Amino acid sequence: MSTKNNSREKGELVLRMRGLRMEGQADGEWHEIVKGIDLDLHRGEVVGLIGESGAGKSTIGLASMGFARPGCKITAGSIEFDGTDLMQQSEDYKRNLRGGRISYVAQSAAASFNPAHKLIDQFGEAAVQHGVLTKSEADRDAKDLYRRLELPNPDTIGYRYPHQVSGGQLQRAMVAMAMACKPDLIIFDEPTTALDVTTQIEVLAAVKDIVTTFNTAAIYITHDLAVVAQVADKIMVLRHGNMIELGETRSMIAKPKEDYTRELLAVRTYKKEEFAEANDDVPILKVSNITASYGKGVNVLDNVSMEIHRGHTVAVVGESGSGKSTLARVITGLLPPSQGSIEFEGEILPPALKSRNKDQLRRLQMIYQMPDTALNPRQRVRDVIGRPLSFYLGMQGQEKENRIRELLTLIELDPDHFIDRFPGELSGGQKQRICIARALAAEPELIICDEVTSALDQLVAEEILKLLQRLQNELHVSYMFITHDIATVKAISDEMVVMLQGEIVEQGEKDVVLTPPQHEYTELLLSSVPEMDPDWLDDLLAKRAAGEVVSTIASKPNA
Amino acid sequence: MTRFLKFMQSAPWSARFGMFVIAVYVFVAFFVPVLAPFGETELVGRSYQGWDSTYWLGTDSLGRDMFTRILYGARNTIGIAFITTCLAFLFGGLLGFMSATLGGWVDQLLGRFVDVIMAIPSLIFALLLLTIFGTSVPVLIIIIAVLDSTRVYRLARAVGMNITVMEYVEAAKLRGEGLWWIIRREILPNAMPPMVAEFGLRFCFVFLFISGLSFLGLGIKPPIADWGSMVKENAALISYGDITPLLPAGAIALLTVAVNFVVDWFLHKTSGLRDEH
Repeated sequence: MSTKNNSREKGELVLRMRGLRMEGQADGEWHEIVKGIDLDLHRGEVVGLIGESGAGKSTIGLASMGFARPGCKITAGSIEFDGTDLMQQSEDYKRNLRGGRISYVAQSAAASFNPAHKLIDQFGEAAVQHGVLTKSEADRDAKDLYRRLELPNPDTIGYRYPHQVSGGQLQRAMVAMAMACKPDLIIFDEPTTALDVTTQIEVLAAVKDIVTTFNTAAIYITHDLAVVAQVADKIMVLRHGNMIELGETRSMIAKPKEDYTRELLAVRTYKKEEFAEANDDVPILKVSNITASYGKGVNVLDNVSMEIHRGHTVAVVGESGSGKSTLARVITGLLPPSQGSIEFEGEILPPALKSRNKDQLRRLQMIYQMPDTALNPRQRVRDVIGRPLSFYLGMQGQEKENRIRELLTLIELDPDHFIDRFPGELSGGQKQRICIARALAAEPELIICDEVTSALDQLVAEEILKLLQRLQNELHVSYMFITHDIATVKAISDEMVVMLQGEIVEQGEKDVVLTPPQHEYTELLLSSVPEMDPDWLDDLLAKRAAGEVVSTIASKPNA
Repeated sequence: MTRFLKFMQSAPWSARFGMFVIAVYVFVAFFVPVLAPFGETELVGRSYQGWDSTYWLGTDSLGRDMFTRILYGARNTIGIAFITTCLAFLFGGLLGFMSATLGGWVDQLLGRFVDVIMAIPSLIFALLLLTIFGTSVPVLIIIIAVLDSTRVYRLARAVGMNITVMEYVEAAKLRGEGLWWIIRREILPNAMPPMVAEFGLRFCFVFLFISGLSFLGLGIKPPIADWGSMVKENAALISYGDITPLLPAGAIALLTVAVNFVVDWFLHKTSGLRDEH
C-alpha cells in the first residue's frame, strides 16, 4: 500500500492487459470465450466495454482484478496492474488488491448488499479489513461521499438497511462503497441496466463525478452505447470475445469504422412508418374507471380508463411501481379490480379469470418480459405452440402439426430445425419468438406485451419489434405495449398512456404526447432517455440545475 | 441411448457401486424361486444348525434354511417398501402440488392437517394404528404410506411453490387450463429431480421403518420371510457368538448405503452443483 497515495495524477498507466485469453466451461467442455484482448488504462481514464450478452465484457472486467468466475479460467496473456503482473501473484496478494486498490460495482445493488447490515457498516467493511481506515474514519468518509453523490439525508441514510432505500439510491450507495478505499481502478458492471431511465441519470452523474474528482481509472461495462458515451473516454466494442473496434468516444460515435459498431449505433432509430387510423366505433378493449389494490393495501391503480382500437398499438409507459404491470393483471383477470369495468368489443368481461369463458380467454393473450421463465423448460416447442391450438381451436394430428409449422415460419424460425427443441436449446430472442407464436396460436385480437424487449440485447430487441410490427400489419392484431423505454414507444406505438403512481397522467396519440407542452412527468421521462451524444448528460444536468427542465417529481402525498 | 450411456459413464465409483448393489437386489427379488435352494417356509432340518455345504448359512429357530429366507426377504421387504413409497409419493405429491397451485384455504387446511399428523411421533402413531386395524400387509402398507406422505407433502409443496410463481404457470392459468393439467404438465416435469432424489431417501426410511416394526412384532407376519423379523427371531444366537442373525441386518444396511450413494450423485447432478475448476 506504500505507493497508494503518492500520485493521483492523470496519465499514469494503471492497467495493462496483453493477449488475454480465457476459457469457459459448458457441458463439460472448455470453450474459448475471450480471444486475445489488449487493453491499456491510465489514471483518470474511463474505458467503456460494450457488446451483446456473451461478448465477454463482464469476464474481461473481472479478469482485470486477476479473477475468473467459477467455470472460467485465464489461459494466456498478462494482466499488469500498476506494473505487477497479477498472473504471477499469489491469491493472497490479489485478494489484498481487491476492495482496496481495485473495486467492483455490480449490476444489481439489491442483490449485492447484505440485507442484514446497515449501509454504512457495509461501506467501511473492506476499508477497515484492509487496515486503510478506522471505523470512525470510514463512517465520516461515507457521509462525505453520500453527500457528494447527492443522496438524500447524507448524514442518516447510511443507518438504513438496503431495503429501506430506493433502487437508484442503493446503486449510488454502492458506488460510494466502491470508493471507500480510494481505489486506483473501479469496474462498473452494468450499474444502471436494472434501473429506470429517471434514476439511471442520477447514477450516471454520480459515476462521472466520482471518476473526475478522484482521478480514478474505470472500466464501464454496458450493452447501451448511448449510456457509455456519457461516461467513457474510450470505447472498446466486443463481440464473441474478440475486439471489434477501439477508439476515442467522440470519434467512434461520429465515425465508426466497423459495420458492427454502425449496427449498434443505428439501434433505436427504427420507427413505425404508417399509423393506423381509428375507424371502428367499438374499441377492442375499453377499461373504465379501474381501481385495484393488492389485499387491503394502498390502491395500486386509481381510476384508470383507457381504450385500445383494432389494429392499434397502445404503449403504457411509466417507471417501476407506476402500476403498468398491475393494469395488465387486471385486464387479464389475474387481479379482479375493486371498482370499474372492462369491456372487450363492447361486451363486459367478467372481472375474475375463472368466470371468463374459453373464447374470452382466447381473444386476449399475453407475452412476458422474461422468455426464460415464460416457457416451460420441459416442454418442446411443438408442445408449447401446439397446446393453444388443441385447447382453444380443437386442432389434432396433421392439421395441428401443419399449423405449428406455419406459425414457426411466420415468426421466422425454420420449422424443421426448431420444432423439436427444448427452450434451453434456444437463444433469448428465439425464445421470445416462441412466446409470440404461442400467443398468436390462439388467434387473439389483443396481445398484452409486458416489457417484451427489455430482457433482450438491443439488436435482438429491434428484430422482435420489427417482427411484432409485421405481424400487426398482416394480422390486424392490437397490442397493449407495457414498457419503460421511450425508444420502444417511439418505434412501435400509435397511442401512448403515461402512468405515474397508479394514475394516468397523460394519454393520446403518440405524436401529440411526445410534443410539448406535456405533463411535467412526461417531460422528465423523455428528457431522461440517453442520446447518442457524449455531451448529452452534461447539457441535461446543466439545464436541470438551471431549472430550465424538470428534475424531480413531487411524490403523491399518501403513496 | 448413447446419451444415457454417457450419463452413466459420468457417475463416480460410489454411484456405480450403489447401482450395482441395487441391481443385484432387484435381480434376486425377481428370480428368488429359481435361485433359492429350498422353499420359503419349508422346514428342512433341526433348529439352529451351523453353516455347512447344504445349509449355507445354517437354519433358523424352526429349522428353515437361513440363506433361502434371506433371498425371499429381499422380495418381501423391498417389494412392500417399494409399494409403500410409491403410494406415499402419490398421496403426498398430489396434495402438495395441489396446495402449491391452489393456495388459500386448501393450502391452509391440508397444511394444518399434515402438521397435526407430523406432531405425533410416527413410530408410536404407526403402532397405535396397527393395533387398531390389525397387522395385515395391505393395512401395513396403507398406514406407513399415509404417515410418510406427510413428509412428501411438505417437499412437494415447497418445490411446487417455487414453480407456480413462474410465468409459464401463469400463462397456463391465463389460457384457462385446469388444475390437473397444470400439476401434470407444468409443475410435475420441473419438480422431478428433487422428487426422485427424495424418493430414494424415503424408500430407505420406509424400508427401515418396516424392518423396525417387524422387529417389534407388528410388521410383516410370520411365516413370511422378512429381514426385520428374521433378526428378532434369531436374536438369541448372537449371545452364542454366531453372526448369522446379523446377516439380514447387514443386507438392510448395504441396500440403504447403496441407495444413498445413487441419490447423492443424482442430487449433485441435477442441482447443477459444479466442482470449482
